[in-house]
Amino acid sequence: MTVNVTDFTLTEIARAARSVLGRPVTVTSATDIARDLNVDSLALMNIVMELEDAFDVSIPLDRLAPVQTAGDLAALITELRERA
Amino acid sequence: MGLLDRHRGYRDAYDAIRASGADPFNVRFDEMLSPTEGRMGARRVIILGANNYLGLTFDPACVEDSVKAVRAWGTGTTGSRIANGSLDAHLKMEQALARFFGRRHAMLFTTGYQANLGVLSALVGRGDHLILDADSHASIYDGARLGHAEVIRFRHNDPDDLYKRLRRLEGVPGERLIVVEGIYSMLGDTAPLKEIAAVKRELGAHLLVDEAHSMGVLGDRGRGLAELVGVEADVDFIVGTMSKSLGAIGGFCVSDAEDFDLLRVVSRPYMFTASLPPGVVASTLTALGRIEQDAALRAKLAANAMRLYDGLNAMGFETGPQPTPIVAVAMADPASALAMWNGLLEAGVYLNLALPPATPDSRPLLRSSVSAVHTPEQIDAVLFAFAAVGGALGLVRTPQRVSA
Repeated sequence: MTVNVTDFTLTEIARAARSVLGRPVTVTSATDIARDLNVDSLALMNIVMELEDAFDVSIPLDRLAPVQTAGDLAALITELRERA
Repeated sequence: MGLLDRHRGYRDAYDAIRASGADPFNVRFDEMLSPTEGRMGARRVIILGANNYLGLTFDPACVEDSVKAVRAWGTGTTGSRIANGSLDAHLKMEQALARFFGRRHAMLFTTGYQANLGVLSALVGRGDHLILDADSHASIYDGARLGHAEVIRFRHNDPDDLYKRLRRLEGVPGERLIVVEGIYSMLGDTAPLKEIAAVKRELGAHLLVDEAHSMGVLGDRGRGLAELVGVEADVDFIVGTMSKSLGAIGGFCVSDAEDFDLLRVVSRPYMFTASLPPGVVASTLTALGRIEQDAALRAKLAANAMRLYDGLNAMGFETGPQPTPIVAVAMADPASALAMWNGLLEAGVYLNLALPPATPDSRPLLRSSVSAVHTPEQIDAVLFAFAAVGGALGLVRTPQRVSA
């Protein structure tokens, strides 16, 4: 069950990243967002904004500091959705 | 491994820029000939990227009052406002700013950057919500990081998106502070402040407007965008700077908020830095008087901005959505932006090159800021240079369309 939720969230992260970056990307749980996706701070914030709309949840920027991988981001989204 | 290794990613990009023969981030003027003209080596250059909206940096009265203050009070305060660094002039400037904006309280900071750091980090704390326009200035983002509030961005200049994000917070405890800017520093667009104020009223929040680029520029009395669109009563805090229309350096916040003075003992960027030097406070106090008394300066500024904006659009350059004293030309890619920037400088025009991620939409910008004291001939010379360099680079088709 958890795996399925995470897979779905990762799919959405990939979709948001493609939309913001305008290029194809592959995202797994272990994908390092800054290094593997070559995403700068602004692009990351814009990806997060897309995800906020996709999941109808606010993802505060201050919660992004410890996020390094797509798996970290998926876990954060899941946590925020459960809180909402 | 060196400590700076983590910034290596910037090395290649920076080296590539410098390999083009110039360093846009390390420009040096050898002489300032006027607020709008400088000398770089043997070349005279029109300065079109200085945020010197009213051209008051060489205003004789501002210069004279600054010199007098330095002679009377010395070159610096060498201390914090909460120690030895409060002089009569600081209190006078605070009273003058409060009066100018029609507010009960005003507080000076040593820079505009520190004003945002000091105000945002102190107004909201853990459990509160800071709601920022996505295109906010770096000082707003950094102020958000210095505090402990939850930070949420809404889509740039989109009151519906702000509404949606505030709605998501319904039932969540904590204060909400919305932060927007009068004029955005990169594209020169203004905030839809009337609509944002309406969202604030409907959903309940506090509103802070950074009028750094709009003070002395917009509004009948030069108070900025809130004055222009008639929503000053909805704005709880105004942050501004003395480094643009006031022609020196410094930041401030004005407000009617009860207990505003508590900020003086809790705002770390206010407390733990030396206060503004006497010469700066003196010149900006005089400059504020010029803004109050000389509405013609704003009219000239608006005319110059329109002349540049219309001229660039007529040539086919893509500018921001509305004519304000910040006129930005969007370029397709960093290489053409750099070539254009270099060409303009060689043709005697200095403006700012802004590269992503400091720009919206990841596009490089050639950013101009017009001054009231640019002459129409200088604006036309700038347009001629844009046409010539843009034509030579194949960016615009008909350079001869520009008329002087």
